[in-house]
Amino acid sequence: MIDALRQIGARTVDGVWKLGCATRFTGTILARSGMCLRRPQLVLDQIYFTGVLSLVIIIVSGLFVGLVLGLQGYETLKRYGSAEALGTLVALSLVRELGPVVSALLFASRAGSAITARIGIMKSTEQLSAMEMMAVDPHSRVLAPVFWGGVLSMPLLAAIFSAFGVFGGYLIGVVIIGVDSGAFWSQMQANVDLWSDVMNGVIKSAVFGVAVTLIALFEGYDAPPTAEGVSYAVTRTVVTSALAILALDFVLTSFMFTGV
Amino acid sequence: MPNEPLVELTDVAFSYGARPILSGIRMRIPRGKVVAIMGGSGCGKTTILRLIGGQLKATSGTVRVEGQDVSALTYADLYRLRRRMGMLFQFGAMFTDLSVFENVAFPLREHTKLPESVIHDLVLLKLQAVGLRGAAHLRPAELSGGMARRVALARAISLDPMLIMYDEPFTGLDPISLGVIANLIRRLNDALGATSILVTHDVEASLGIVDYVYIAAGGQIVAEGTPDAIRASQDPFVHQFVNGEADGPVGFHYPGSTLAADLGLEGRS
Amino acid sequence: MKRTTVDLWVGLFVVGGLVALLVLALKVGNASTVTAGQGYKLTAEFNNIGGLKPRAPVKSAGVVVGRVESIRFDNKKFLAQVTLLIDKTYEFPKDSNASILTSGLLGEQYIGLDGGGDDAVLKDGDRITLTQSALVLEQMIGRFLTGKAAEGPTAEKDQ
Repeated sequence: MIDALRQIGARTVDGVWKLGCATRFTGTILARSGMCLRRPQLVLDQIYFTGVLSLVIIIVSGLFVGLVLGLQGYETLKRYGSAEALGTLVALSLVRELGPVVSALLFASRAGSAITARIGIMKSTEQLSAMEMMAVDPHSRVLAPVFWGGVLSMPLLAAIFSAFGVFGGYLIGVVIIGVDSGAFWSQMQANVDLWSDVMNGVIKSAVFGVAVTLIALFEGYDAPPTAEGVSYAVTRTVVTSALAILALDFVLTSFMFTGV
Repeated sequence: MPNEPLVELTDVAFSYGARPILSGIRMRIPRGKVVAIMGGSGCGKTTILRLIGGQLKATSGTVRVEGQDVSALTYADLYRLRRRMGMLFQFGAMFTDLSVFENVAFPLREHTKLPESVIHDLVLLKLQAVGLRGAAHLRPAELSGGMARRVALARAISLDPMLIMYDEPFTGLDPISLGVIANLIRRLNDALGATSILVTHDVEASLGIVDYVYIAAGGQIVAEGTPDAIRASQDPFVHQFVNGEADGPVGFHYPGSTLAADLGLEGRS
Repeated sequence: MKRTTVDLWVGLFVVGGLVALLVLALKVGNASTVTAGQGYKLTAEFNNIGGLKPRAPVKSAGVVVGRVESIRFDNKKFLAQVTLLIDKTYEFPKDSNASILTSGLLGEQYIGLDGGGDDAVLKDGDRITLTQSALVLEQMIGRFLTGKAAEGPTAEKDQ
C-alpha cells in the first residue's frame, strides 16, 4: 500500500520533471530559430525529410478513408432518404476531424518516429556533441530546422489528405453508386464553411504538427544514448503523439465547434 | 607570455548531483606539447576534456584556456573559443547523412564564407594529410573504424585549431591503424603548431608519442611526469597500470564478501 | 540525393499542399459565395425563428442568394431580429416576403425570399416587413388536436 503510493509519487515527480525539461527544450528551440530564417535551405531539407517522404502514405490513406466514408455514409443516409447529403457528410467529417487527426497520426508514425530515431542516433553517436565542439549549436543547426519543417509540413499534409478523401468519397458516391453529381457538390458547398470548417481544420493540423514534432524531437534528444534507449524512445514518440493528438483534438473541437 | 600554459586546471572538482567524478585536479598543459591523460575506464578522463571544451561546468575550481575562465564565458565567447579547438570523439562521431567530403567541409561551411573552390581545395588538403583523399566521395558507413577516425581527425583540424583534444583515439583499432593514428597525432601537432591533449588507456601507443603524462585514478591525478619517468616509476599503482598487471593496488576482485562466505562454506570450516 | 532533386520535390509538395487547401476552400467550402463586402445587408423580424442558425442559407426560388449573418433578440418588441447578407448581384422588390422554411422533414432551416411586385428595390440596411415565422412542430400538433376536438361533435351528428 505504502509502496504503491510511493510509486505514484515517484511517477508524478518524474512526470513533472520531464514536463519541465520539455518546456525548457521548447523554449530553447524557439529562441534559437534565427538560423532557420537566415538559411531557409535547412528548413527545406527537413520539409523534404518529414513532408515529402510522408506523401505516399498520406495520399493512399486519404483516398481509402474517403472511399470508406462514401460507402458507409451512403448506407446510413439512404435509410433516411437523404443520400444527396453524402457530399456534406464526407467533406465535413474529413475537413473537421478525420483529415487533421488521421493525417497527424500517420505523420507521428511515419515522420515522428524517423525524427526521434535520427536525433537519438545523432546523440548516441556523439554527433550532436561533436557539432557543439565545432562551435555549431545543434539546437539552431539541427533541432530548430526539424521543428519548423514538421510544423510547416503538417497542415499541407492534412489538406492533401482531406482533398484526396473528398475525391475518394466522390469516386464511390457519384461514379460508382450514382448519387447525383450536382447534388453532391452543391450540398457540400452549401454546408461546408470556409472559416468555421476548413480553416479550423487547418488550425487543428498546425497545432498537431507543433505537438508531434516537439514530442519527437524531445524524445530523441532525451533518449538514453544506447540502441535500446533509442528504440524505446521511438515507441514513446508514437504513443505519446497519438495520445496528445486525440486529447488536443478534443480540446480544440470543444473550443471551435460548440456554440454557434 | 610564452611560458603561460595554454590550458590550466586549478583544483577542479566535478560531480553529477551527489556523485563525485573529479576532485582536486591540477594540470598545466604547455603550448606546443602533446599531453596524455591516462587512467582506467570510468576514472573521469573524458570529463576533463568536456570541462576544457566547456560542455560541462566545474563544480569548483577553475578551468582556464588561454587565460580565460571557460565556465565564466558567455555563450557567444564560448562558441568563439571552440572555433579554435578541435575534438576527436571516441568513435569519430561522423555525420552519417553526409559524405566524407561534406563531413570535413562542415566546419568550413558553417564558420567561413569561403568560395566553393577554396573549400574544395582545403578539404582535399586536409584529407591528404590523413591519407584519405581518395575516400572523399565515400559515405561514413563505408569506412572502417580506423578510416572513420582519420576522417574525423581531418574534420577536427579543418579550421587549423590551436588545441586538439582526442577522446580515446586508439580504442578498437587494429595495430596498423593504431600506429597510423598515433603517428598522425604527433605529426599534425607539430605541423600545425598546435597543442594536443590525449585521453587514453592505451599505454604503449601513447607513451611513444607524448611529451608529458598525467595518470588519473578515482577522480584524482595520482601521478605525472615524462614518459620515461612514468615507465621508471616505482609507485605501485603506476607500475601496475603501465605494465598491465592483473593484480596489485587495483584488485582483481570486485569488493565484496569472501568467496567462502558466498558459497556458504564459512560456517562449516 | 542531389540538392536540386530535393528542392524540386519540396516545391512540388508545397504547391500540391496549397492546391489542396485551395480546392478545400473553393470546391468543398463556400468561399466562392457571398462574403462581407460583396453583398448588402437586410434585416427582418420574426415572432419565432425556430432552429435558424447564423450562416444558414437564404434562398429564393431554391437558389442560394445569401446567408444569415446574425440573429439577436429585440428586448423591446420581443421579436427575433435577423440580419441577412445578400449577394449584390441579386435585387429584391420592397414588398418581398421572408419566411423561415425547413429543407425536408428533418432538415436544417433556411430563409426563403419571395419577390413581390414593387418597383422599388431593397437597399443596404432596409427592413423586410412581411415575414412568416418558423413552423414549430409542437404548435402545429397542438393546433391540429384542438381543430380535431372542435370538429368532433359535428362529425358525430352527420352519422
